[in-house]
Amino acid sequence: MEWSRNSLGRRVPLEAGGRKLRPFAGAFADTGPRRSAGAPSRPAAARGRPDKLVGGWDELLDALELRDGAVISFHHHLRDGDALVNEVVSRLAARGLKGLTIAPTALFPVHDRLVPYIESGVIARVEGSMNGAVGAACSRGAMRELAVLRSHGGRQRAIQEGELRIDAAFVAAPCADPFGNANGLYGKSACGPLAYAVPDSLFAEKVAVVTDGLVPYPCSPWSIQGGNVDYVLEVESIGDPAKIVSGTTKLTKSPTQLLIADLTARFVEAAGIMRDGFSFQAGAGGISLAATVAIAERMRRAGIKASFAHGGATKVLVDLLEEGLVGAIVDLQSFDLEAVRSCRENARHLESSPFASYGPRAAGCVANMLDLAILGATEVDLDFNVNVNTHSDGLLLHGIGGHQDAAAGAGLCVVTAPSFRKRIPIVRERVTTVSTPGEVVDAVVTERGIAVNPRRGELAERARAAGLPLVGLPELMEAVRALTGVPEEPEFGDRPVAVVEWRDGSVLDVVRELVPR
Amino acid sequence: MTGSAAAAGTGGKSDCLVRYEPGSGPLRVGIRSSVRALFGPAIEAAARAAAAERGVRTGELEIEDDGALDYVIASRVEAALRKAGLAAAPAPRSVPPPGAAASPRRRRRRSRLYLPANQPDLVPNSGLFGADCLILDLEDSVAPDRKVEARILARRSLVEGRGFFGASELAIRINPLSGPFGAADLEELAGAFPQAIILPKAESAADLEALDRELSRLEARSGIEVGSILVMPLVETALGVARAVEIALASPRNAALCFGAEDFARDLGVRRSATGEESLLARQSVVLAARAAGIQAHDSVFSDAEDLAGLAASCQAARRLGFAGTGLAHPRQIEVAHRAFDPDPEELAEAERIVAALEAAEAAGSGVASLGGKMIDAPVAARARELLREARPGMRS
Repeated sequence: MEWSRNSLGRRVPLEAGGRKLRPFAGAFADTGPRRSAGAPSRPAAARGRPDKLVGGWDELLDALELRDGAVISFHHHLRDGDALVNEVVSRLAARGLKGLTIAPTALFPVHDRLVPYIESGVIARVEGSMNGAVGAACSRGAMRELAVLRSHGGRQRAIQEGELRIDAAFVAAPCADPFGNANGLYGKSACGPLAYAVPDSLFAEKVAVVTDGLVPYPCSPWSIQGGNVDYVLEVESIGDPAKIVSGTTKLTKSPTQLLIADLTARFVEAAGIMRDGFSFQAGAGGISLAATVAIAERMRRAGIKASFAHGGATKVLVDLLEEGLVGAIVDLQSFDLEAVRSCRENARHLESSPFASYGPRAAGCVANMLDLAILGATEVDLDFNVNVNTHSDGLLLHGIGGHQDAAAGAGLCVVTAPSFRKRIPIVRERVTTVSTPGEVVDAVVTERGIAVNPRRGELAERARAAGLPLVGLPELMEAVRALTGVPEEPEFGDRPVAVVEWRDGSVLDVVRELVPR
Repeated sequence: MTGSAAAAGTGGKSDCLVRYEPGSGPLRVGIRSSVRALFGPAIEAAARAAAAERGVRTGELEIEDDGALDYVIASRVEAALRKAGLAAAPAPRSVPPPGAAASPRRRRRRSRLYLPANQPDLVPNSGLFGADCLILDLEDSVAPDRKVEARILARRSLVEGRGFFGASELAIRINPLSGPFGAADLEELAGAFPQAIILPKAESAADLEALDRELSRLEARSGIEVGSILVMPLVETALGVARAVEIALASPRNAALCFGAEDFARDLGVRRSATGEESLLARQSVVLAARAAGIQAHDSVFSDAEDLAGLAASCQAARRLGFAGTGLAHPRQIEVAHRAFDPDPEELAEAERIVAALEAAEAAGSGVASLGGKMIDAPVAARARELLREARPGMRS
């Protein structure tokens, strides 16, 4: 395997599975050829209604004509309630297929059941996102081929540009008609948007909609358009509704998380971006949600309204929309029942897509329209590089999500994290894995102070003037190590098990195989 | 020594559960930990050091860890060995711990935040929340069979983690001295130099005199200037309220007289109400007694951490009655309490005008100052000066 050093000083391979790779050269270097895979061109339909309904799984899988080494894709809107990924993989395994690449937008604990198929070689590679036990198995070297980790935007780009060619996309649909139009807003398995399945539906060679909520044509709205859909399979259930969306999103009670959220809100206000019409993205994690609540309180006090909020939607955002404090929600996934309801009923609650929200090779995307992105981290290093994929023990446990895309697009990117978790310090000399380069990270907010990227000196000035506690990352690292001690270094083998791509397809880093202790 | 099997600690976050099994072979340390890959050797080293410190070199230590810091591991090991009857308490310190210093009797105490003494996860960050006073609680939040390990954990945090508490005053709520745990609490902790002791269920001057004598003995033993450790009696029974004045006057260590509404209501045989009418006279009595003794009055804990509006209203009402601060159960309440107990901007502006007028009159050699055509009375002048002193950090005295 040929290697090179990228602009972050990371050793990265120049080739993976026959595909040439480009080393990362800067967040906005925008290297690489510009090309389009083109959507598949299907044979013209005969006169009259096409018959896409298949009688059962076997008929569907026969029709898809999948072979060893096929690439199959899934969306993660059903989260931990998803039944489809496990169903499809186990049926393909039973048919004797092997060497499959699966390309999910994310995986959840329910997908831990894929591990035996990885170990037996049914699944040879994952492209997209790996979480939990599947990621851990990859870290242990259980996967035959090199995996590829991409952000939501990066995945959309890879599909658009033909770097990720999907043989069959399986689209779990809470509501669909026999023509293949589908949405996630209605039905017993309602999940909100079906946004993450849109690129797959546009570019996959074959598209199958699997639904437990068949409705007469035309299904409205059509988040997935039937013209891109080859087959429709009706099943009893696509997942466990109780695990698809939570009944309600709970706010954190952790004093440390609340303190970080409060500092974040004060920092955002001090940064001078909290003007009428500003826009923000904050995830659904404990600190992010609490920061949203704290920022909203400051907006109320200052008499300011936001034009829109982006990203995953929760009751917290829906309440702000209905209060009029936020003008619109641009939604990629709904986390609770209130968010699903709002997405269904409120015209100012827009269902987005990875291209519209995060598309790296688009004439701008929603992320570019953001004044503020509040993001998380498992580690941050002295160059402000952020790791969201691996833990300090070297285990690959998370996907990138929209982290890179929001960081690269938003006017201000704030990373929030406790300075240590369970004794594990967050700040390191070098992150275990670079998920997002420090070039696009403006500040790190911890309970022990705010570190501002030296590239953004004016921000540090504003924060200092507002009396906020500023801290340098080296100083913070030492202060935390004085509490926790210095962790051991995990022992890695030479073999890379996954490459981490920047949103433009260049390679940021690799995840290496862990040597068992 | 052979001793018996014993355990200490919990499986909670940032804590560890340590089991000790006596044996004749060299000490074996078994570790299960969520951070084992990163801190396995550090955990073992901390456990072995704590055992060696107590002179234990045989048997088996089993540690189930979820990210405990070294001082927590050492505390749990020490507690398990002491519970096993294998180790005595460490010899009393002869010098105060590094970084420890007396707290001024008069200082702002708008908030006193209670932290359960046996729960280590909040302690390393406790100084970041900005509470005026932090209290490690050994009384109500610690079960009787956990008192031993809780006081060891508290002692080690005071000695090894003084920096945890930041600029906050650090107090310990001990158990009542009349009960089975109070004396041992003091014996274990006084040498670690807490800045104040909260004495619950205070009911007489004799309670305070006994505490004072014991503290003086322990201070002298540990190289702490006698009289340094402050006391805040907690009045929370009918008898305590009836004797509030003698309690407030009983000890030169007294810095604040605190009221406990929950126990007080129980003692009256009524339920604590939202409006608090059952305790109005008691609260006023506490304020009266505290002010008669020239110390601060402190209101009872507002325990609903979600209800910040209710907390603000409660603090404002308390301030109107004459309380200087209140007890809190969650760090998120601190900001609200501080806002309520701080003089509001209008009051401060008024005080500044009064002091300016007084200074102008003095400069002009006039004995009488007036503002807006009204003569400034002596009590008004004194109150204005006190307000400004309280509101300006650095002028605490």
